[in-house]
Amino acid sequence: MKYLFGFIVGTLFGAALCLAGLYHNPFADARGAAAIAISDQLLGEFSFPAVAAESIAFTNDGESTPAPHPAGIAELWEPAISRTRVLVTVMTERGEPAGIGVKFSSDSEATRLLRSEALVDSAWHVYLPGRGTFFVDQTENLWGYLRDVVIPARWSSADSWRGTWFGIVTAGPNALRTARLVGGSGRFADLDAEAVETWNARAYSTQQGPVAMQGSLMIALPGPPPVGLSQ
Amino acid sequence: MVKSFYFGIVFGIAATVAALWFVRVVDQHREPSIVTVEPNGGNREVFHVNLPEDRILARSPDGATLLPESLAWPAAPVLAGVQAELYKLRDANGVVVGVASRISGPGDATGSVLEWALHLPARGTVYATLRPGSTADGYRDGALRAGTREFARLRGTVTERFESAGDDGGRIELTTALVAMGEPE
Repeated sequence: MKYLFGFIVGTLFGAALCLAGLYHNPFADARGAAAIAISDQLLGEFSFPAVAAESIAFTNDGESTPAPHPAGIAELWEPAISRTRVLVTVMTERGEPAGIGVKFSSDSEATRLLRSEALVDSAWHVYLPGRGTFFVDQTENLWGYLRDVVIPARWSSADSWRGTWFGIVTAGPNALRTARLVGGSGRFADLDAEAVETWNARAYSTQQGPVAMQGSLMIALPGPPPVGLSQ
Repeated sequence: MVKSFYFGIVFGIAATVAALWFVRVVDQHREPSIVTVEPNGGNREVFHVNLPEDRILARSPDGATLLPESLAWPAAPVLAGVQAELYKLRDANGVVVGVASRISGPGDATGSVLEWALHLPARGTVYATLRPGSTADGYRDGALRAGTREFARLRGTVTERFESAGDDGGRIELTTALVAMGEPE
């Protein structure tokens, strides 16, 4: 009996050891920043509030945090879309509203926690009146955000987290861990470029989700920027 | 007992690694794709939106229509003429398979805009640009501008057709006719 007891305790200890090693994995952030973050070919940088209550609209399955916004918006409860979130927000450039962005995010089946990957398949549909439209195909890795913000908030006795967390969430699909941007109309028509999304979190609550968080979408050309694209 | 404890540690680590590797954390619900093969080798798929029940968000260009009613549209002048709509998207069997955004804007220096983004979580996203004006039989024609995952290597056409059923009701039909790039059309 004592051998069985020792084996069970050892198994639990081994599992805990493995999970602790995974959580504190020093190689998880060692993949480097997306090349676009230091690019000198930036076409624009668009900021948006990543807090549901500060957006035009946000919806999910109605049971997850953050809660859908505004009141009365339809929830995505159907099985095929229950792991999807939609954010409609104002895209701001240099502090001025520049257009509207719709972001679809769905949990990715490629998620592998063993590789420190909590992946989300997302797509941006952006309209900048007077300038044009574009679409961004993106794979996000939220592992760093979950590890540094969400999990500490759940462990906190106050059920919240405060601090400063900045990270590039874009992890693909391009080889250099950038998102693929495709122009739709106007000045962006026929444009093929790259993008990265960054988050700057300052407060998180387990009840409300992000309380103070700003997002940013940077777009850049692989080559020299054409005249007239940047404002 | 110490040996069984150490053996337990090794077993616990191995079992945890195996579980994390083989057990899927995310398993998206899938509906069978209802695809018709075109004579030229492409695939035709028909999606639709039932109005008003599939409407998630709507804002008319003049701002007179807002849904949900509590929606607070930003007062920024640059967004004044924007028409933004969000819908649940159904397949030919009437099952919800995705979410779609429809964005349109007035004519200006860059021309009028009418676009759809169809997000199907288990399959990928379709980004289509359409001609704002409709044909005599009520269709708006457009093209697939980009796709992700299952739609990444496809090209073809996307058409929109609105069938009114009076008042606020109706149906928006979206038909994609796509062919894999590099294959004979």
